[in-house]
Amino acid sequence: MTPALLIFILLGIIAVASALAMLLSRNTVYSALFLILNFLAVAVIYILMGASFVALSQIAVYAGAIMVLVLFVIMLLGTQHLDPRETLKWQRPLAIVLTLALIIQGAYALITRYGFQYATLAASPEFVDPKNLGMVLFQKHSLPFEVTSVILLVAAIGAVVLTHKQKKDGGA
Amino acid sequence: MESGQIFNLVPWVVFLPVIGLVVNLLLGRRLGEVFSGVVASLASGLTFVVAVLLAAALASAPNARVVSPWEWISIGELTVRWAFRVDTLSVVMMLAVSLVGTLIHIYSIGYMHSDVRHNGDPGRYTRFFVFMNLFIASMMLLVSADNFLMMFVGWEGVGLCSYLLIGFWYEKGKNGIGNAEAAKKAFITNRIGDFGLLIALFLIFGYFGTLQFDEVFRQAASVAAAHPGAMLLITLAMLLGVSGKSAQIPLFVWLPDAMAGPTPVSALIHAATMVTAGVYLVARSTAFYSVVPVAQTVVMWVGALTALLAATIALGQYDIKKVLAYSTISQLGFMVAAVGMGAMVAGMFHLVTHAFFKGLLFLSAGSVIQGMERGMHGGDDSAEFDPQDMRNMGGLRKKMPLTFWVYLIGGLALSGIAPLAGFFSKDEILGAAYTGHNAVFVLLVLTAFLTAFYMGRQLVMVFFGKPLSAAAEHASESPRVMTIPLVILALLSLLGGALNLPGVHTLEHWLAHTLGEVKPAEFIWLVAGLSFLLALLGLGLAWLIYTRREQKSGADDPLKKPLGALYTGMERKWWVDEFYQALILNPYKAFAQFIAEPVDLGIIDRVGGGLAAGMRALAEGLRQLENGYVRSYALWMVVGLLAIMMFLFLR
Amino acid sequence: MFPVIYPIILAVILFSLGVAGVLLRKNAIVILMSLELMFNAANLVFITFANYHQNLDGQVFIIFIMVTAAAEVAVGLALIVNIFRAKKTISIDEMHSLKG
Repeated sequence: MTPALLIFILLGIIAVASALAMLLSRNTVYSALFLILNFLAVAVIYILMGASFVALSQIAVYAGAIMVLVLFVIMLLGTQHLDPRETLKWQRPLAIVLTLALIIQGAYALITRYGFQYATLAASPEFVDPKNLGMVLFQKHSLPFEVTSVILLVAAIGAVVLTHKQKKDGGA
Repeated sequence: MESGQIFNLVPWVVFLPVIGLVVNLLLGRRLGEVFSGVVASLASGLTFVVAVLLAAALASAPNARVVSPWEWISIGELTVRWAFRVDTLSVVMMLAVSLVGTLIHIYSIGYMHSDVRHNGDPGRYTRFFVFMNLFIASMMLLVSADNFLMMFVGWEGVGLCSYLLIGFWYEKGKNGIGNAEAAKKAFITNRIGDFGLLIALFLIFGYFGTLQFDEVFRQAASVAAAHPGAMLLITLAMLLGVSGKSAQIPLFVWLPDAMAGPTPVSALIHAATMVTAGVYLVARSTAFYSVVPVAQTVVMWVGALTALLAATIALGQYDIKKVLAYSTISQLGFMVAAVGMGAMVAGMFHLVTHAFFKGLLFLSAGSVIQGMERGMHGGDDSAEFDPQDMRNMGGLRKKMPLTFWVYLIGGLALSGIAPLAGFFSKDEILGAAYTGHNAVFVLLVLTAFLTAFYMGRQLVMVFFGKPLSAAAEHASESPRVMTIPLVILALLSLLGGALNLPGVHTLEHWLAHTLGEVKPAEFIWLVAGLSFLLALLGLGLAWLIYTRREQKSGADDPLKKPLGALYTGMERKWWVDEFYQALILNPYKAFAQFIAEPVDLGIIDRVGGGLAAGMRALAEGLRQLENGYVRSYALWMVVGLLAIMMFLFLR
Repeated sequence: MFPVIYPIILAVILFSLGVAGVLLRKNAIVILMSLELMFNAANLVFITFANYHQNLDGQVFIIFIMVTAAAEVAVGLALIVNIFRAKKTISIDEMHSLKG
């Protein structure tokens, strides 16, 4: 058992456990915090596989910016707790069964198809270097990059418009 | 204009009446009665002028011309052109139709003026002329067509006009639906005949590969040799069409009922023109019938038997128009028998003269009826009083002198008194029968005698003796716009025989260009003398019997006592209607009832209803899935996702 | 290092847990977070194969996904705020007026 595998297993356990905790905690604030933990664990896995720039982006954008926004909204609305009773009769058992089925089917199919013979690699310096990533991003993929900037702009304006109170109609 | 170019005018025989009807349709109601009548008459009159021009052009160059402005239908092997044919036969029909048609249009201006007021709906005045022009257009299409399909369009068109005009007073008649029923009967009976014609058309296309007249007739002999059965079927199916349109056995029952229409309609459509379409069809298809002798014999017998049967029924009728209607059937029988004997020219000759004198008789009858109606307002005004019943008439000779004289001319022409038109044409048919068809000759001679007798009966009952009702007492002469066409038609009936005088044979030579060499009808003195004598005898006998009868309104016919059951049969039209009712209509209705009640309501509707209820229940169940909860939708999406993955992995 | 299949299996589990969150929780914000979890699982797959092929395009793709996710969260949260204003709750089970 290599050290890399050991670290990966540890991180995997943390990721799955934090995801489950997010799912199960009654308090939304805890859910958010567990999700941040999950993001951090996955980010470390990225570093393990040599994607350090992406890992740092993940921490800064996801765990940082996005989750702060989510926490902010939770606090703003004050909806940490909801009535835990289930409205749909068969929803909970069916959902659990389906989730398990999804996991089992996916894992079984992938393992039987591809097995364990392909191995990940220790990252080469070229792969890790953020400079190379920047070259690829701005040269090869410059058009999609510009398009994402437009998407961001639209989303920002959209969010503002949606939350803006319309005074004339007496508040929509 | 050069004579070749004149032939290009031929589409106008159809378009002129169409223009007339469109003008009337758009403007007639606004511009009033006189306008409508004049436009319609003008359209018809100009059609006559075109026909005359065509005839004049043909006189110098008698070969058939085809004017074919457009291609009409082109499907696979079937190519039908919108083609008009000008030959001596079609021009004869055009002349007769447009001449009689125009006179009747003019007459209608006066007649319908009174009629729409009498029946209480002046708004229909324009509609009448629209229908009349439509009829002229359809009839022209029928006679000028250069292929069977286009002729069929005209054939259906005149049937439609006939339906529309019989049902012109659709809310009148017995129980308020009598006229509509009559129109329906005419249409459905015609439809049976049209079905036969359609079958003939299909077979023609099947065996000849074309519907164009020249092509078809050129191949007639060879096809008859190759497929005698098919040829027989074609001619007999065609005969069914003929017997529908021309009111022959077994489909004649609609024509007497068709008298529900206004009298000018009876004159134009149900006496002079449309009903002769069948005769025209057989004449046009000479090439077919000459190669199938069996079919020819059948046609001849159908005609002869119809002639006799209808003549006997005419004896027992009291309605002035019904007598003329049965007389028309009888005369059509004459024509059909003539063309069946191969005496095409004699048939066409009788067709033309009959158009003159039967048109005249009907129009005069219309004049008599209106005279009676005018008399009704002076006196007897009860609702049950029938101004068409001859038992209410009598003595009208003095009240309506002009109508009497023209009626007398028409009656004598129909009876076959020399030298009026009917004598020559009927004699030609009798002569043809005498030279080879003895049994038919006997039937036709007997019919001729009966014809004279019932015409004599009618003349005496209507015009002689003393008035048998207050209406007859107060009857008065019709206005000039009605009497002038009567006089013109009377002149034509007087002189129409000149068309084909024995020895000169103008019409014979004229039609020979189209029909080929027809055997020239010889004038047989014996036959002519016999028929003339019989006509005189019939008229004289009628005079003797009916002037001596008990002169009382509604009295029984004096023949009733001596003839007994025989006369009741004539009175009751030999129970043909009842026979059809029992044999065909009642089983048909019972079958329809069976289909409607147990089959349709019981089985088909239940199956449909059950399917609908099942789908409804299913939908009601599926509706529950659409519960508005997004999470539940997401759940089903995951189910779908799993299914798709399963499919992809297990593939 | 270790077989490629391990991180992939991890991604499958994380993704399925995200699905479970969408199906089980009524709180709209938690559902939004579950979606983020599913994005995250997808990103993990990208990184794994980028590493296997030593190809930088996979990493670039993750950057795009992050941007899109950020935009999605911004709009989603705005919608939730709006819904809360109208309904005084963010339970999505309260929003079921559209039904057959």
